[in-house]
Amino acid sequence: MDARSSSSIQPIIEAKHLRKSFGSFTAVDDISFTVPPGECFGILGPNGAGKTTAIRMLYGFSPMTGGTLRIFGLDVPKDIRSIKARIGVCQQENNLDPDLTVFQNMEIFAGYFNLPRMLSRERAESLLSFIALSNRRNDKVIELSGGMMRRLVLARALINSPDLLILDEPTTGLDPQSRHQVWQRLEELKKSGLTILLTTHYMDEASWLCDRLIIMDHGRILVEGPPAKLIRTHVGHDVIEVAEPAPALLDFVAGMNLEYENLGHRLIIYGNNRDVLYHEISAHCSHEGCILRMATLEDVFLKLTGRELRE
Amino acid sequence: MKPFTTEVITSRLWKVWYRNLVVYRQNWKVNFIPPLLEPLFYLLAFGIGLSSLVGSISYGNQQITYVQFIAPALLAINIMNNAFFENTYSSYVRMYYQKTFDAMMATPLTLEEIITGEIFWGATRSVMATAIMLFVVSFFGVLHYPHALLIIPLGFLGGIAFGSLGMLFTSKVKNIDLFNIPIFLIITPMYLFSGTFFPLENLPLWARYLAQTLPLTHLVNLVRSLGLGHYDASLLWGLLYLIIFCLILFPVSVVSMHKRLIK
Repeated sequence: MDARSSSSIQPIIEAKHLRKSFGSFTAVDDISFTVPPGECFGILGPNGAGKTTAIRMLYGFSPMTGGTLRIFGLDVPKDIRSIKARIGVCQQENNLDPDLTVFQNMEIFAGYFNLPRMLSRERAESLLSFIALSNRRNDKVIELSGGMMRRLVLARALINSPDLLILDEPTTGLDPQSRHQVWQRLEELKKSGLTILLTTHYMDEASWLCDRLIIMDHGRILVEGPPAKLIRTHVGHDVIEVAEPAPALLDFVAGMNLEYENLGHRLIIYGNNRDVLYHEISAHCSHEGCILRMATLEDVFLKLTGRELRE
Repeated sequence: MKPFTTEVITSRLWKVWYRNLVVYRQNWKVNFIPPLLEPLFYLLAFGIGLSSLVGSISYGNQQITYVQFIAPALLAINIMNNAFFENTYSSYVRMYYQKTFDAMMATPLTLEEIITGEIFWGATRSVMATAIMLFVVSFFGVLHYPHALLIIPLGFLGGIAFGSLGMLFTSKVKNIDLFNIPIFLIITPMYLFSGTFFPLENLPLWARYLAQTLPLTHLVNLVRSLGLGHYDASLLWGLLYLIIFCLILFPVSVVSMHKRLIK
């Protein structure tokens, strides 16, 4: 161990004041975060929040406009080639090679990392069995289902035994079964100590996988923390939802000094230990229109980023 | 990292080249057919059908048959077409539709290596097609060996030239149909007016000068002299022209590709 790593653990990613502009448009506006080894770190945000732009800078795909970025203690963009040799990336679009078979996809990709042929084949074999696609090894990629392709993208990203796995919306567009298949693999990778950085639109995915996350909007970080803590801090434990709230109820709630959102056809009340309040309110309105549930990350997300549609 | 240094373009570019070779080998039977049949069709149609009308052509200080005249031109056109079409349509499909370059850029490969690998691959296709075509044309007994074998390495140089030109268009076009423009405005005129099917001396003076600016004119000259065993000093100028063409077009196409893909 050298002097530096004995005093504090070297972070895998260290981003400081990262900025990216396209002309006059600022896609990433001064974000800073640190990811220690073994952590699964999430970047959440609505469409156009700057998630993909941010991680594209991490793997050297887009040059940074400003700020500093160190990965494995190495400098981006100066040492980008050595950094990329130790990163696995699942990009958002499916970019498997349709001209090649499943096995060739793994083998040829290993070549881009200059892996020796024998080692490439060994790893390709074991990764294909890890994602349960060994029996499809000679099929063309186009013959695979969406879920299989996604698993293959994941396996391909692992061919260089990366120290950091970057996933840009790993399960977008998959059916629930396929999503769970991918999650299961990611859980296993997490347990093995791999550092993972992922972006997602799915709050359940983020709650399930991420140790810590940031929510971004308009290129900036709104909040940062472990999912459970974010929920506790920003919305509390419980949520009461009332459909078609009566004016009397709205007056009642407004007079109670509660944290709530009035969406017109729906009233949402946040907080802790809302059982008593729930019983009180459900007496005011019909039972079907009133529910008490646990607060989720989605509540935090919508509360912070608003409910208007993003294109 | 500065562009065009050994740091940015390393031997890793052959990994990109190899990827294309693997795909090519899967369809090698289909890929072999055009260079095998094309010269046959042309030599039969033009050489046998047209040569009785044309008679003999003076070349250097000798009289040659029309088949002798156009056989080397077909080889040169073949060099141009293989690299140009590989680095336009095929490279565009890999770049735009298949996102192959995007996937490669997430590995230690640099964009410069990817594009260089693609252009070297285009040139390799020219070389392979040249070798096959040379074999077919040899049966017509018009080529002088062993000099004619030098056409094969010349095919690589020509391939780099026309591949780089193709890659430049690939970096510029908004959609794949727009390749029709450079094909109609550049490739087709070159195909017809580069001393391919008739001697340049038949053209008015201004057109002859214009023809001297076209890379295919020089490639045709070089292939023809190597194929027919006739040399003079103008060949060195032709060779120099092609080398300078490559030295300009290759880096320009890489830089232009950089502008398109790195945002």
